[in-house]
Amino acid sequence: MAQLFFFYLAGIIVLTSILVVALRNPVYSALSLLIMFFHVAGLYVTLHAEFVAAVQIIVYAGAILVLYLFVVMLLNLHREDRYHAQFPLATLLGVTILTEVILLMLQRGDSGAPVATPVIAPPTPAIGNTEAIGEVLYSTYVFPFEVASLILLVAMIGAIVLAKQDLFEQKG
Amino acid sequence: MAELALRMAFSLAQITVVMGVIMLTIMVLTLAERKVLGWMQDRMGPMEVGPYGILQPVADGLKLFFKEDIVPAGANRFLFSLAPILALVAALIGFAVVPFGPDTTIELFGIQFKPFIISDINIGILYILAFTSIGAYGVILGGWASNSKYSLLGGLRSAAQVISYELNVGLAIVGVLLLAGSLSLVKITQAQAGWFWNWYVFAPPFPQLLAFVVYVISAVAETNRVPFDLPEAESELVAGFFTEYSGMRFAFFFIAEYANMILVSCIAAALFLGGWNAPYPGTALARMGFVQFAWVENVVWFAAKVYFFLFLFFWLRATLPRLRYDQLMRFGWKVMLPIALGNILVTAIAAYLFPR
Amino acid sequence: MAGSEQLLDYLGRYFPVLLFIGIALAFGVVTLVLSYFVQPKYPESEKLSTYECGSEPFSDARMPFPVRYYIFAMLFVIFDIEVIFLYPWAVTFFKIGLVGLIEMLIFIALFVVAYVYAWKKGALEWD
Repeated sequence: MAQLFFFYLAGIIVLTSILVVALRNPVYSALSLLIMFFHVAGLYVTLHAEFVAAVQIIVYAGAILVLYLFVVMLLNLHREDRYHAQFPLATLLGVTILTEVILLMLQRGDSGAPVATPVIAPPTPAIGNTEAIGEVLYSTYVFPFEVASLILLVAMIGAIVLAKQDLFEQKG
Repeated sequence: MAELALRMAFSLAQITVVMGVIMLTIMVLTLAERKVLGWMQDRMGPMEVGPYGILQPVADGLKLFFKEDIVPAGANRFLFSLAPILALVAALIGFAVVPFGPDTTIELFGIQFKPFIISDINIGILYILAFTSIGAYGVILGGWASNSKYSLLGGLRSAAQVISYELNVGLAIVGVLLLAGSLSLVKITQAQAGWFWNWYVFAPPFPQLLAFVVYVISAVAETNRVPFDLPEAESELVAGFFTEYSGMRFAFFFIAEYANMILVSCIAAALFLGGWNAPYPGTALARMGFVQFAWVENVVWFAAKVYFFLFLFFWLRATLPRLRYDQLMRFGWKVMLPIALGNILVTAIAAYLFPR
Repeated sequence: MAGSEQLLDYLGRYFPVLLFIGIALAFGVVTLVLSYFVQPKYPESEKLSTYECGSEPFSDARMPFPVRYYIFAMLFVIFDIEVIFLYPWAVTFFKIGLVGLIEMLIFIALFVVAYVYAWKKGALEWD
């Protein structure tokens, strides 16, 4: 049963990921990315990571993809002037990564080391996933947490500096 | 296996009833809004269809169902149909985690069911937040697919407005979550049992009154209602993102708007006003000995709180003029956001100094 | 096995949600399709042209729009992530005590720095 779910979710994720790059209309690409985000969230739910699933939808689907859609609509790309200049570079990168993946798979087969089987963490009904994350994030991982807030600050400054030209231009 | 099938059937029945009640409420609301607005302006409101116009929503629904559905020239057909469906689905599915009544269980065929709670997931309130943000897609895509300048402008405005106020909603509820220590709407409601001063809007150590005000204002803005109905400002943008919509697709956007109103009212009731809890401990019916009917009282209290908010929506519409777009954005980012943030700080410090 | 029962209970909470999503989707699609079959269809070019105050529509309706919308979307992404960090903290507030409170005060202080920076730079102005 759980496997059935996994294969459904994984299948849709792979399919929609391919569609994101294969579809010609960027708005359709964004939509198939949306479907993918939902299935990734579903995958997190089956892994008992409810909070991560919610964050996946709130941040990726609700915020970042809206930003993408704005960009797509802002640029209003016509079909023909996309990607063509980047094609050789993309091929090079794609082939490199594919070779890497194949090499890794072959190596794993050779080494004979025990393949780590994914362990499904036992659900703890008394405390939920969010509480568990809260407890470790604000005790064991304090430093990464504060660094994250610093990074967000830097991201904010970066975003404003990048957009600043336009801001001042519009003010005239 | 039989148990699974029974559970499925029960969930199916629950969902059907909830969807039916929502649709019925929307029908009542469309009439109630026009009646309330009419009375507030010393008019009668709809009077033609049926006695006192009570059949007006039926007439409206039938008309929209049988009306020609125009797809404007140059529109993207697929997205033009998808957008209203997305808006509608995003508005409806939030109800899956709303507790409509007490957390009691009944036994049917040897299996325990909770009749008033479709699902009590641990991340209830985040689930609702996640899907309200999806509602923005229907609006943006609808505006873009229409191939009309008014629609595009309306859709963009709406998207920017929804995301701005979404942030304030997210911040406003943190205080309540802190006091309740849970994201589950059922647990949050249970924590407010007892006298009405246990409701989080009044609760010690720090009443969430400010958060409540921020939440209600942001909820009005998120549902694109007056005085924040900029996306559909008829005097400047014709009808905003649904300018080109007609027939059933138009009806979907309309239903989505009202379903969103009901949903934010349900959340406001559950988070701040004690949900199904009566303002006094327990229920009067249980004290009189009718323990098995206590749920009636709880459900009535929940409905009363929800209807109070819905009435507020109409009242605002009759009272306030529309904001300008720059005022709207400034209000959201420069007034609501600092208040919500300050509320979190004060609540946290108060809760640390005076733990319950 | 107790573990699998808990697993069933956990996933069982999500089945109704899934079912609800499915029913809502089906409701939307079926209603649209039904309505499609019962409505009249008399298209003509004037009726199908988009509304532009009665004058002939001109130029591409999908015009580029101000970069301002894009800036607000960016600010929203960053602030939204900051808000997300508040939820696990709020839920565990009474367990993590003073340490958590101080951490969050630092976090919110940085949040406020970012917010004040955006304000001072005029990124929160609409025009």
